[in-house]
Amino acid sequence: MKCLWCEDEISMDITWVNVFFPEPPKKLCPSCEPDLEPLKDSLCHRCSRKSDTSVCPDCERWEHHPMWKGVLSFNRSVFSYNSTLQGMIAKWKYRGDYVLREAFQEVSRTTFKQTFQQIAKEAILVPIPLSEERLYERGFNQAEAIADLLGHPFQQKLERIDGGKQSKKSRKDRITSENPFRVEGSINKPVILIDDIYTTGITVRHAAIRLKEVGCPTVYSFTLAR
Amino acid sequence: MFQKVFSSFQSLFNSSYDWIPTYTSQTSHQLDPSTSQLFAGKLLLRQDIPLDEQDFQALCTMDYFQPVQAIVKHQFRFTCRRCGNNKKTLFSEIPCSRCHQRHVYCRKCIEMGRVLACEPLYVWTGPTAEWERQETPCTWQGSLTNSQQQASDRITKAMVNGNEELMVWAVCGAGKTEMLFEGIAAAIAQGKRVCLATPRADVVRELLPRFQASFPETTMDGLYGGSEDKRGTAQLILATTHQLIRYAHAFDVVIIDEIDAFPYHGDPSLPFVTNRAAKRDASMIYLTATPRKQQKSRVQANKLATVFVPVRFHGHPLPAPKLHLCFSLQKQLKAAQLPEALLKWYRKRVNPKRQLLIFVPTIELAEKIVPTLAEKLSISSITSVHSSDPERETKVQQLRHKEIFVLVTTTILERGVTFPSVDVVVLDAGHRVFDEAALVQIAGRAGRSPDDPTGEVIFFHDGRTNAMVEAVQSIKAMNKKGRTVK
Repeated sequence: MKCLWCEDEISMDITWVNVFFPEPPKKLCPSCEPDLEPLKDSLCHRCSRKSDTSVCPDCERWEHHPMWKGVLSFNRSVFSYNSTLQGMIAKWKYRGDYVLREAFQEVSRTTFKQTFQQIAKEAILVPIPLSEERLYERGFNQAEAIADLLGHPFQQKLERIDGGKQSKKSRKDRITSENPFRVEGSINKPVILIDDIYTTGITVRHAAIRLKEVGCPTVYSFTLAR
Repeated sequence: MFQKVFSSFQSLFNSSYDWIPTYTSQTSHQLDPSTSQLFAGKLLLRQDIPLDEQDFQALCTMDYFQPVQAIVKHQFRFTCRRCGNNKKTLFSEIPCSRCHQRHVYCRKCIEMGRVLACEPLYVWTGPTAEWERQETPCTWQGSLTNSQQQASDRITKAMVNGNEELMVWAVCGAGKTEMLFEGIAAAIAQGKRVCLATPRADVVRELLPRFQASFPETTMDGLYGGSEDKRGTAQLILATTHQLIRYAHAFDVVIIDEIDAFPYHGDPSLPFVTNRAAKRDASMIYLTATPRKQQKSRVQANKLATVFVPVRFHGHPLPAPKLHLCFSLQKQLKAAQLPEALLKWYRKRVNPKRQLLIFVPTIELAEKIVPTLAEKLSISSITSVHSSDPERETKVQQLRHKEIFVLVTTTILERGVTFPSVDVVVLDAGHRVFDEAALVQIAGRAGRSPDDPTGEVIFFHDGRTNAMVEAVQSIKAMNKKGRTVK
């Protein structure tokens, strides 16, 4: 196997243990793998960023706002959005190297399981959609690609109306921007939204508001990076 | 079936460019000549063509653009026609939302825009581009040494005749750029299109102003990763080899600088794209100081015409390296200690004013050895540099401006950089990163300037390797040749 990120050969030691209990093949080499930092220990309970307090100041602000209070139950992210992950996501999403998502699969699955084991039984997984134009440009929807990694069925309940790139906007622009999503039909089950990056949290909250308007009881979110 | 497997196997070794359409459309239609210049000789994805859909379709119906399949499927593998990649691990599948099917894409050249199996590459087959024929495009006034002049004449002949391959085997510091001017001028006078491909972006940045000064009326583009203008529509193109990925049968003259250097030598994509960028009857000029086995054996078999430039432009011979055996070198370097012989040599240097360039095999050692060197040689202005050092450019500049006295480096400074007055040390010259070519290039860093045309080169090793012996032999052989020319 070759490392998905640096193209180096990954050599596996053969031991009695892995002869009888073969491990899934590694996607990253031993020097690239530690550069991804899974988020664990002392995280904000609401958005899963690294935080000394149980709820980080950003989330406090969200929960004090009358319009946004309680819209999103909590977010869980898999990795810290460090420079390595920024590089990987840029190549995966913007350059369009689809196969790179496999580097995230193992940790994403275990994190999802740990967090949503009970909830996922009755909840629906909904990936954040792209506008048609953006979808054509990229060739795939990165949120769907993540949802697909998790091994749970997912449904596309949302539609995106605008085409603006979140990454090109400031925090203030993002929070005051108009809600870009639309939902059809009604939903009476909890929803786990899936996206690639949680930055300010506005995207998943916009989606959550629309879902709640059509009857969804609770909305969670699961993202690759925070 | 048998034939299919055979042809698939064969295509692994011989890349054919028969798939590039050459048909020139006969439709007479008024077309701005700059459009031909913009697209002639290009191999582009739709997204690289800066035209709106309507104009683009109009050109397609006139057969001015022809689509070619971007990724071809062979019996057991794929080939990307843009970068020549045929490694299985560098293709992957994507559930494509453009064509709603699952198909492959090329991972190798993805940084230059993704090549999808469902979308073609476009080749310009419209009116051929006409380039200006200037009578005397070159205004360079300098003079050449005898040896340079001979090479220059031979190069000019090859460029004017076309359909020729020529290797210019010139020592480090021979003044290769100046030898090209006459030939390029002659080619431009014939209305030919010329490309100079080099492995590194710094070389493009350095050469561009020199060429602009020497060819003031010629249209010229410098292309490298991160360069501002990427259209590459000029008559004279200076580019890193990677940038040729967007060209097919574009140039009448292709000059490949440092054909033995790492990316060109190590990556099969680069010969693939440079050969494709050349027209079928193009002249190919290869520049090198240290040809590899492959080229040497072609020279010996008389299959590759060669011209030698065995003396430097200032006429002095190359400094021959001295070898010095140190028995416990590995142990000492591991403990970040220096061999006693190095200190002894340092104290007795011929010219203690010269700066010092120390080559080491690994990044780790480069960083580790700096404090020891600073202490033992009692020098404060010392630092190390390696390929992933963000301050690489500044450090090289600082050495040039004599703000640093000693620079410890990995092999990244082995080529292309010129410091006026240095002594060169290689620590652990027996390491496998120092092959013959690397050692010859490293030795070539000394004595570059006419003001200080000599310099000491010393290899510390714990066992002579073939690479070291061959490097010394090859330098001595060139010096011998040089004496007969003068």
